[in-house]
Amino acid sequence: MNYLIRRLAAFPLVLIGVSIVVFVAIRLVPGDAITAMLGTEAGLLTPQQRESLAVYFGIDQPWPVQYWHWLTGLFSGNLGISATYGKPVLGVILEHFPLTLELALLSMLIALAIGVPAGVFAATRNERPADLSVRVAAMIGQSTPSFVVGLVLIYILSAGFGVLPTMGAFTPLWQDPLQNLSQMILPAITLGLAFAASVTRVSRSAMLDVLSDDYVRTARAKGTPERRVIWRHALPNALVPVVTLSGIEFGYLLGGAVIVEQIYALPGLGRMVLEAIQQRDYALVQGSVLFVALNFMIVNLLVDLAYVALDPRIRLEGR
Amino acid sequence: MGMVKAVFAHPSGRIGGVIVLVYLVIALLGAFGLTPHDPLMQYRIVRLHGPSAAHWMGTDLFGRDVASRLMKGVGQSFTVAFFSVTAAALAGTVLGLTAAWYGKRWDTVLMRLMDVLLAFPAILLALLVVTIIGPGTWTSVMAIAIVYTPIFTRVVRGPALSLKARDFVDAARTFGSSRFYILTRHLLLNLVAPLTVQVTLALAWALLTEAGLSFLGLGTQPPTSSLGLMLSDSRNLMEQAPWLLAFPALAIMLSILGFNLLGDALRDILDPKTRRA
Repeated sequence: MNYLIRRLAAFPLVLIGVSIVVFVAIRLVPGDAITAMLGTEAGLLTPQQRESLAVYFGIDQPWPVQYWHWLTGLFSGNLGISATYGKPVLGVILEHFPLTLELALLSMLIALAIGVPAGVFAATRNERPADLSVRVAAMIGQSTPSFVVGLVLIYILSAGFGVLPTMGAFTPLWQDPLQNLSQMILPAITLGLAFAASVTRVSRSAMLDVLSDDYVRTARAKGTPERRVIWRHALPNALVPVVTLSGIEFGYLLGGAVIVEQIYALPGLGRMVLEAIQQRDYALVQGSVLFVALNFMIVNLLVDLAYVALDPRIRLEGR
Repeated sequence: MGMVKAVFAHPSGRIGGVIVLVYLVIALLGAFGLTPHDPLMQYRIVRLHGPSAAHWMGTDLFGRDVASRLMKGVGQSFTVAFFSVTAAALAGTVLGLTAAWYGKRWDTVLMRLMDVLLAFPAILLALLVVTIIGPGTWTSVMAIAIVYTPIFTRVVRGPALSLKARDFVDAARTFGSSRFYILTRHLLLNLVAPLTVQVTLALAWALLTEAGLSFLGLGTQPPTSSLGLMLSDSRNLMEQAPWLLAFPALAIMLSILGFNLLGDALRDILDPKTRRA
């Protein structure tokens, strides 16, 4: 259990480190915060007005004091006010998050639905033409950036079938699930394909490892049907690295779907961060980067926990 | 020489090696401006013309030669990938080696700092760097280098720790070898294998990120051509001029594929643990 305790103890430390990095990073942006907040209108301020605004936002204080205020604000859920939305940052983030979460879940489903069977298929035909073709396809999939997949899918749909993915007005899942799915399916496939390629590669090699284990040989020697050997005996053990990979990729998807959300004009978290950067909405950048990093850390922690639960050997090594 | 032979004897090493070599030639030609046309020259009468003898990959909305822009773009991508991965590998090696060698507090502080950097999804950390220094080619270099430094630090520190405890290092210390000599000759030289694999895979990832940042308008700025920008420009024209999408898309994909194949082959050859029986 030592490993788990150490892992949990490091969590708040890393989180504080992350918050310091985000805090300092935003303050390294050239130019002062008032000008950044008000844009060209900042030129209209008198020095006195500028000073009182600085006092109002607390940016006249030294950095450590500002950091302390920001940190204590975080615990009460106060991440500041977004300049572009004119609303509390946390509210803006939570408005955009469900879409990104849904997108990440859908693409993970697609990736697992394609990747695991493909990996098992290839592993059971090791070094035969079927295995080679799966491996080549997976290698190509892994080397194709999501924006290339996205653009090519849009091209095939529009040039081949004369349909364009619906963009713009977005329907949330709880309003009209069917309409929502029709808008989410292409982005989910786009993200899911590259992800499926890595799942395929990992399941194939994990499956190959497991298939050469003694217990599998024993099962075969007992006369267990091959299907049962593969799906009941071998696969559950081969899934351990797949779980790890899926968790890590899922964590990336929660913050890394920027490009796909941009291509399909989906109002998710990634696109919101990008716009906040372009609009120089620092409170929003600061809050959302911290939010995404926190998610990423939580997902990674859960992956570690799942790993320990699935493979007791790790628990012992941690002692 | 033995290494090159081994790579070319490996099936994916052969394909990856050839792709990477071809790209290196294209990148060098592009970077030094040895392209069929001036990539910025606007041939107004042949705007949006498909591939032809004069313009192998057609022309874009402004009548610029796509093949020349693509060569220049490959040069640009490779420049960014090369400098960022070199910087990350150097920084990561120095940090990883010193963390392993000096241990104690320096190791703890350094590795926790790396944990913090690794707590950010890569693209987000890159976006944060772009926010601070503003978009541009060198920003991409810096962003990718910062993202990859913690990974190199970990790759170096682990094996360096176990090497440090080996007898030959103790022996070298007893002989009175200098710290620098031991670090470079005994530790670093033994780390060349994992580093080579990591560098190759990092190059693939750097190419991907550079294209992504440029695609979002945060990397290389127009009118300089880059593969990501070309793809982004093709978005509204893909039905009229599919070649604007096809060639840059293929170029990005093949370049990443080349480094991935080469990286896989190198890992098979250099890492005895994953080497197939």
